[in-house]
Amino acid sequence: MCGIAGIFNLTGKKPITRTDLVKMTDQLSHRGPDGKGYYCDSYVGFGHARLSIIDLDTGKQPIHNEDKSVWVVFNGEIFNYIELRKMLKKKGHIFYTSTDTEVLVHLYEEYGTKFVKYLNGQFAFALWDRKNIKLLLVRDRVGIVPLFYTIKNNQLIFASEIKAILPIINKTPILNTQALDQILTFWSPLSPDTIFKDIYEVSPGNIIEVQNDRYKIESYWEWSFPENNTYDSRPFEEQIEELHHILIDATKIRLRSDVPVGAYLSGGLDSSVLVALIHNYGGVPLRTFSIGFDDESLDESLYQKLMIQHVKTDHSHVKCHSKSIADNFIRTIWNTETPVVRTGPVPMGLLSKLVHEQGYKVVLTGEGSDEILGGYDLFKETKIRQFWAKNPDSSLRPILLKRLYPYLDLTQSQTISYLKKFFGDALDNSELLYFSHIPRWKTTARCKEFFSEDVNNNLSIDSIDRMLQVIPDSMKNWHYFNRAQYLEAKSLMAGYLLSSQGDRMLMSNSIEGRFPFLDHRLIEFSSKIHPNNKMKVLNEKYLLKQAMKKYVPNSIIDRSKQPYRAPDISGFFFDKNIDYVEHLLSEQTIRKYNYFDPKKVNMLYKKIRNGRAIGYKDNMSLVSILSTQIWHYLFVENYTENFLSQNKQENILSVI
Amino acid sequence: MVIEQKIRDYILENYLFTDDQSVLNNNDSFLDKGIIDSTGILEVIYFIEEEFAIRVNDEDMIPENLDSINNIVTFIEQKQRVA
Repeated sequence: MCGIAGIFNLTGKKPITRTDLVKMTDQLSHRGPDGKGYYCDSYVGFGHARLSIIDLDTGKQPIHNEDKSVWVVFNGEIFNYIELRKMLKKKGHIFYTSTDTEVLVHLYEEYGTKFVKYLNGQFAFALWDRKNIKLLLVRDRVGIVPLFYTIKNNQLIFASEIKAILPIINKTPILNTQALDQILTFWSPLSPDTIFKDIYEVSPGNIIEVQNDRYKIESYWEWSFPENNTYDSRPFEEQIEELHHILIDATKIRLRSDVPVGAYLSGGLDSSVLVALIHNYGGVPLRTFSIGFDDESLDESLYQKLMIQHVKTDHSHVKCHSKSIADNFIRTIWNTETPVVRTGPVPMGLLSKLVHEQGYKVVLTGEGSDEILGGYDLFKETKIRQFWAKNPDSSLRPILLKRLYPYLDLTQSQTISYLKKFFGDALDNSELLYFSHIPRWKTTARCKEFFSEDVNNNLSIDSIDRMLQVIPDSMKNWHYFNRAQYLEAKSLMAGYLLSSQGDRMLMSNSIEGRFPFLDHRLIEFSSKIHPNNKMKVLNEKYLLKQAMKKYVPNSIIDRSKQPYRAPDISGFFFDKNIDYVEHLLSEQTIRKYNYFDPKKVNMLYKKIRNGRAIGYKDNMSLVSILSTQIWHYLFVENYTENFLSQNKQENILSVI
Repeated sequence: MVIEQKIRDYILENYLFTDDQSVLNNNDSFLDKGIIDSTGILEVIYFIEEEFAIRVNDEDMIPENLDSINNIVTFIEQKQRVA
């Protein structure tokens, strides 16, 4: 992948200074350490930081068409570029590079804005049509590659990361309280909002078309599910065969690269499937990477070893110690550019660092499988709650709740009556579109009790009401399982897993992640499969398991799902206090930043210090509050030092 | 300090992070009001076992015993009588 940046004049010709483009692009060097390129005319300026993966010699960007009337800066990969190139050449287009990027300009000439639907890939790009004085900002279907923008002084300013926008807006950022409220409900802001007030993201699956000072935002792709039970009616065996076929192709085209490609191996089903498919069909040497934890309840090394032996891969492993969380958390928030409710991103940063140190630039990874093929415990939870809601007085139905979250000691030690009380929320209203997510959203939202009076006063709309405004009407005709999939894909996956825990952690170490399970052909195929084939009774990813069982050891197929987790409170509290944690959570700093109630935070801090905090609420509250404080420290309090001063690189992560 | 006040102070300090007595009624359900989640209840059990020298058995871990100040007070009094 790479980093892109640019400026577009909304009110006609006006000089765009190259210095601004350089300033922006310099902030993206981690995304593209292999070279920089610029384009500038009187309407638009582009900057590009390159991570060379395809066509190492002539792939320098920005790239143009035959008569230089169409220009593009591109971040990502078009995996079907070989087929598209062939097709475009037949139609008479002349290529001057062998990059995937160049297909964009010719494809646009051929099909206009409809060209996006031909692309199979992960991407964010800006395309400049000089003849029509039109700029397009485009982002991939599901949100793998980031793209942000803002409007300032009649200029549209855009970049792969917000830190590239900040140096030229010349104004101290303000926290968007509504977005913070959304993070403390859904784990991420609702697109297109970000935690930075007045800075937005291009939403996944969207094109923004800008001509003069008019711009329109269009969705070219959206998650969609059959209405009123109109599912794929073919025999199960045929569905298995098709999944098998798509997944092999989705994996194979993601191995297209001029540099070697590795893979993450977590020990779970999804990454094991990918590693097995590379082994069987990839035609490239296997190289794998994994992370482990001190804390045995989080560690999956045993299953990783099983798979390593099974396919005999050349493997590297890194261990995340509890203290690694505290040591790397400030840098992590610098990279996520947003508060987080869990420390999960930190180990993912350590893992991509390992990949970088081993000389690799590209890894395949299993994200998306749980959302698309029905893997999460949340889907099981929904199924049980729906089943129970049909007969709320049943004493037997809620016993199924015991089968949830087998990896959590705490859930296992709960009595049925407690689980009933907790999961029984809204049982009498199982038709609610977000019924599936009530327990999780309610649990996360408890962190909001720490909000300061000012934040509370600034909130104008309840986050769940806001979510209801943006979800599609057709959702009411979907199966409850599909509704849960949709909510999961749109909020948590796009806004957190693929960004804070995905792209940002990968690219911070110049590593490109590729996601075969997020191939849109696989998503569209899977959407039409009946939920009962995805989750048979309570057996998650049933279809995937049936399609892949011949490649993966039974012990991995049969193991109960263990979601990826990292140490939260235990990552920050040791015998010795950590200076920055002390400082940022002190009553004085909490009061100064004014997002949280100083007295309440102080009491939480004391409780944690006394070893009394073990529940979800305290863990999530601590991580949310601390990451928000760090965000403010980096992007607001030290805005001038970090973004405007000349020798900023030295200062950025200085210890508080 | 009477049992009720001890429980009340503990809940206010550790779950509501305040000393404002008015935010909690003795009959408020901890789960319904989002004061304690299903995991947090284990912390409450540690506290009452330590503070009141009683033992909470697995079968005692039901909302009827633990889900409000009044429920806990009644539960502890019962336990102490038995002991």
